[in-house]
Amino acid sequence: MTAGVSIHNVTQRYGTALALDGVSLEIAAGEFVVLLGPSGCGKTTLLNIIGGFAEPTSGTVLIGGRDMAGVAPKDRPTTTVFQDYALFPHMTLAENVGFGLRMRGVVKPARDAKAEEMLSLVGLSGRGTRRPHELSGGQRQRVALARALAVEPDVLLLDEPLGALDLKLRRAMQDELKAIQRRVGTTFVHVTHDQEEAMAIADRIVVMNGGRIEDQGPPRQVYLRPKTLFSAGFMGEVNRITVTGGQSPLGPLAVADGVLCLRPEAISDRGPLRLGPCRLVETTFFGTHLRATVEPAAAPGFHLTVHLPQGAAPAIGTVLDLGAEDHVVLQEA
Amino acid sequence: MRVLSWVYLALAYAFVFLPVAVLVVFSFQDGRLPVPPFQGVSLDWYAKILGDDDLMAALLNSALVAVVSSLAALILGFLAAHALARVRLPGSVLMRGVLIAPMTVSYLIIALGLLTLFNQTGMRLSLWTAGIGHVVINLPLCFAITYAAMGDHQKNAERAARDLGAPEWKVLLLVSAPMLAAPLAAAFFLSVTFSWDEFIIAFLLTRFDVTLPVEIWSMLKSGLSPATNAVGSLVFLVSVTLVVLLEVFVFRRAK
Repeated sequence: MTAGVSIHNVTQRYGTALALDGVSLEIAAGEFVVLLGPSGCGKTTLLNIIGGFAEPTSGTVLIGGRDMAGVAPKDRPTTTVFQDYALFPHMTLAENVGFGLRMRGVVKPARDAKAEEMLSLVGLSGRGTRRPHELSGGQRQRVALARALAVEPDVLLLDEPLGALDLKLRRAMQDELKAIQRRVGTTFVHVTHDQEEAMAIADRIVVMNGGRIEDQGPPRQVYLRPKTLFSAGFMGEVNRITVTGGQSPLGPLAVADGVLCLRPEAISDRGPLRLGPCRLVETTFFGTHLRATVEPAAAPGFHLTVHLPQGAAPAIGTVLDLGAEDHVVLQEA
Repeated sequence: MRVLSWVYLALAYAFVFLPVAVLVVFSFQDGRLPVPPFQGVSLDWYAKILGDDDLMAALLNSALVAVVSSLAALILGFLAAHALARVRLPGSVLMRGVLIAPMTVSYLIIALGLLTLFNQTGMRLSLWTAGIGHVVINLPLCFAITYAAMGDHQKNAERAARDLGAPEWKVLLLVSAPMLAAPLAAAFFLSVTFSWDEFIIAFLLTRFDVTLPVEIWSMLKSGLSPATNAVGSLVFLVSVTLVVLLEVFVFRRAK
């Protein structure tokens, strides 16, 4: 079971505050979409509107072509995985996972069979008689996922589901989440503020800021070819160099006018866009790379961040001749 | 110093429990008056009160009023607490205050108010009217206890239940109430204890069928007797049992 979601010009006002400002978004059936942005950007509000926990001030939401205006959460073809799991502590895992089916009038043997099937999907086979307090955080989140999927929703909404897990577990759960989404084929709409998580799981990332969609596309595109400065900065570290009439603080650069954005890992001694000689100011070893701060000879006081290979061990004060292999020029909003 | 603190502790307990101890001791008095000297142990007075039909009827009435009125207070208090904890209404704070306010009003005033009301509306005094009085005094208690126990934890689980297709009454019955089992049980047991011991409201709002405290009152009118001590001991025993049950099944488990 899967369905697409069409969001047309949705605006949400809380008093005078504008949480969503005319958002339109088409989500295809079976797609894994990640809504990414800082807190207060409207991503959770949008998820709540899809799930029916909030009614938009204006605009429409269609799920599988059906208008959802005035449809309560319980009557929508959506279910939600909450950040704090929201499991029922007084029920066993099987009862938790079977709860949605119980509400749909499914008899107990069928419920239990489906619950076991779902628990094994999330790697908790045979644990149906346990209770939530016996589980670790990661296991609880799996149960929450199994519970939401048990009713075979058309669209699964995930509200920062990995936010409460430690980093290592979060990375492991990402892979699992993606694998499960491939298996069940349900449309997943996932909210997070972690751009690495977004890149790891999304078919498409939707970057939100201030109640609007800033940028959207596959992870590669949003990271390498961001449409706005906000998007470029939110997806990862970026060096910004203002270019006017071919002139920059670093000297003449053959790029269009605007803000030249360079990812630290795109800068090296190769690279066609030459930045000129730069003096090494500071280095920090990060494992996968050596993070270096350099000062261009042409612009004292201006600092660039560069990722050098992990094997490199240049002395502070060394002058490197650097160039950018990839760049994008964006305009100030 | 250490000795002094033990003495202090002993005195404090003695102060609290001596009257009860004296009451219980003289309920076994082998004689006609529950006053010193103690003349020997006898179970006659217990035999007498257990054989007293009026007294036993009153005891059953008390139990019935306590359980039914406490259940009503619990359900009403729970629903009110749930609504005020979940839904933001204009004047929520005021409504909360007004719900808890009866706690500060004396039972006598509540009883007089209800008596006037029942007279005006032509409702005949009975166990029902006494029960209504007990709902009035216990509802604020049930409300306050359940309201204090409600947190975001329940709120999120309720949201999840709604999301999974539960209609509102099933959310309350299958998720909210079971998650609040301990505070609900505490509120219920406390209400039962209060109703069981309550005299003034029951005295003013019952007529032919009376509760146990009212029956004891009418026994006292014919003078002191070890029989009243025996009844008092029974009442005390029931109250203590309730408190112990509460401790064992509710507070112990909640830890």
